[in-house]
Amino acid sequence: MALLQISEPGQTPDPHQRRIAVGIDLGTTHSLVAAVRHGVAECLPDEQGRVLLPSAVRYLEGGRRQIGFEARDAQAEDPENTLVSVKRFMGRRLADVAGHGRLPYRFIDQPGMLAVATRDGVKTPVEVSAEILASLRQRAEDSFDADLFGAVITVPAYFDDAQRQATKDAAQLAGLNVLRLISEPTAAAVAYGLDHGSEGLYAVYDLGGGTFDISLLRLNRGVFEVVATGGDAALGGDDIDHLLADWALLQAGVAAATPHDKRAALVAARAVKEALSDAAAAPWVASVGGAEHTVDISREQLDHLTRPLVDRTLAAVRKVLRDAGVARDEVQGVVMVGGSTRMPLVRLAVGEFFARAPLTDVNPDEVVAAGAAIQANALAGNAGSGDLLLLDVIALSLGLETMGGLVERVIERNTTIPAAQAQEFTTFKDGQTAMAIHVVQGERDLVSECRSLARFELRGIPPMVAGAARIRVTFQVDADGLLSVSAREQVSGVEASVVVKPSYGLADDQIAQMLKDGFAHAEVDMAARSLREAQVDAERLVLATAAALQVDGGLLPAEERHAIETLLSDTRRVAAGGDAHAIERAIETLAEATENFAAARMNQGIRQALAGRRIEDV
Amino acid sequence: MKLDDDDFTLFGLPATYALDRADLDARWRRLQAEVHPDRFASEGAAAQRLAMQWAVRVNEAYQRLKDPVRRAAYLCEQRGAAIAAERNTAMPADFLVQQMEWREALDDAAGLADVEALDGEVRRFEQGLLRSLQAALDDRNDAPAAATTVRALMFVSRFRQDLERRLDALDTTR
Repeated sequence: MALLQISEPGQTPDPHQRRIAVGIDLGTTHSLVAAVRHGVAECLPDEQGRVLLPSAVRYLEGGRRQIGFEARDAQAEDPENTLVSVKRFMGRRLADVAGHGRLPYRFIDQPGMLAVATRDGVKTPVEVSAEILASLRQRAEDSFDADLFGAVITVPAYFDDAQRQATKDAAQLAGLNVLRLISEPTAAAVAYGLDHGSEGLYAVYDLGGGTFDISLLRLNRGVFEVVATGGDAALGGDDIDHLLADWALLQAGVAAATPHDKRAALVAARAVKEALSDAAAAPWVASVGGAEHTVDISREQLDHLTRPLVDRTLAAVRKVLRDAGVARDEVQGVVMVGGSTRMPLVRLAVGEFFARAPLTDVNPDEVVAAGAAIQANALAGNAGSGDLLLLDVIALSLGLETMGGLVERVIERNTTIPAAQAQEFTTFKDGQTAMAIHVVQGERDLVSECRSLARFELRGIPPMVAGAARIRVTFQVDADGLLSVSAREQVSGVEASVVVKPSYGLADDQIAQMLKDGFAHAEVDMAARSLREAQVDAERLVLATAAALQVDGGLLPAEERHAIETLLSDTRRVAAGGDAHAIERAIETLAEATENFAAARMNQGIRQALAGRRIEDV
Repeated sequence: MKLDDDDFTLFGLPATYALDRADLDARWRRLQAEVHPDRFASEGAAAQRLAMQWAVRVNEAYQRLKDPVRRAAYLCEQRGAAIAAERNTAMPADFLVQQMEWREALDDAAGLADVEALDGEVRRFEQGLLRSLQAALDDRNDAPAAATTVRALMFVSRFRQDLERRLDALDTTR
């Protein structure tokens, strides 16, 4: 077994203590929730047996809302208050959203992230996403008749820091304990790879409703290593719908003037596109300008319109192969993910490019959620997942603004996370006592062409001649792909740091306030909730520590071992009570007391890894 | 094992330029399997923090060791020959002439075929420099000579970035 893996099934004192952890695919068009049951990852159905939840929220009078199918079906009827495809707006300003003029919403352009005015007030994409997530959380809790321990949420590999942060905020707002954000293609590779026992180099081509990702992964005995990733965070089936709708409107000789017209044209386009996956021709039928219009569309016409978009995806594929230094014939298989890979043209083009038939034997809608569920199960400490390890990369380089609006890259794209990198900078003027630090993400050399993530200032630098100060800026990217930055003047020791909460990320107290305001789960008693969370945390730490003592207790002097055992029983006793603060204090004390122990075990693990054998081989 | 052990010690490898990439990759995976924060998911904040530090350190060393130029630069520094690229910009004249010729060839390149041909030429030149690195570091233990070669490779790598940008641009327009 791996060094610190604990609780094989049957080893847990009580098998019913298995933690419920789910994987959630928060998609542009559809969202799903999956969990590992009886050793198999499966998507959880709603009461009508449907696993897909349309990512649509309709705001009604009096604060009521419809989520999912009802909302999706009402979008043409009530376009301004029915929000679909909000994933495309996550962490985005209005100017970032191409073609927003064609959408039927009352957008509000505000610094940070756009919002939409509805009859129930102004809604941010984070709030809309939280509604969808809360609905899936409810579905999972109903399925298991238990509270959720936590969730792994998937994001497109190509999502930048702002989009990832917005997703995490939405999950917190929905009352979910986020175990990890993972990339959609990585999740798909986990589900596909484990299911098929695949080993070697695989590509995952993931074309969804609004995003495109291409990831190259090496699969090696339960280790899923992303070699390189790329894509386009604003390219997907929705874009095809727009092209098709525009073309059909042109043929019909009408213009979509009202929100209703715009939505009707898009809904009809989507229906035609889906029909053309099987049929050679299909009619586009939409009520525009008060009259019904019909335009016959052939598969050839659709292919002609779609080809430039497919070519854009192939350009991204070539770039990823170049980044990885891999020739296309070294790729052993191409896994197709995302609803848009049902289009015959997409399959044909990908097959031609790799000179091999793409792998279409997985459900392209469900595989991402299934992979996320497997990772969630492992992170919850449930069993059978001891060897699973995901080694992902950041898709976009991170850097700083330097003189002249140029970008100095600090962490290059395709660096494995978690990662940290430090770079030294100096002052530009004599006597300069402050330095503005501007963090950006992207591949371009000009700051203006990259995404601005955060700005902060390092103040109190002692006056020196220009170039004498040595300011060390450290970037750290955690396993969720989220960045924090700190700066320190080396001579004086002056420090400043930020967790990069992009201007559109919500501050923790804002989230707390929104939760308090009753959003998403008004019924939850906050005090009861925090007590339960503290109890779960305590139980988790007690179990982990006890298991570690059992395996590696010999690394400790008897005295220290005894002290830890005493703290263990103290924590157990306090956790049985009802005082959340006391439990938190006990957790902290126990965690502190085991710091040495953790270090000793880490060292032992590393020595064993270097000895070239795993513990299970011993 | 300590966080501030050097990269080679951390990976249990001899401090040489020559390295078996498949073996390095396998060692990296084994180390991550022991130290990755996910392995400590159900433990407390202290274990998580420690795991994060180690996982970052292992990745940092891996990034450096797997890149031949960065690995060579690291060995040069270890052996007392600083790269200090920003202070040592003087390069041999024939090398500079070649750089200029490449730049001109890139400017004059008419299409993808031209750029790819240039790419191949630059790659062969890089391979030659990398072979001389191995001779300087592992056979002759001549760190100053290796440092000069590293600086040349850094020039070449900057040119390669421009080349790749051009390839990307050609890619999106076709």
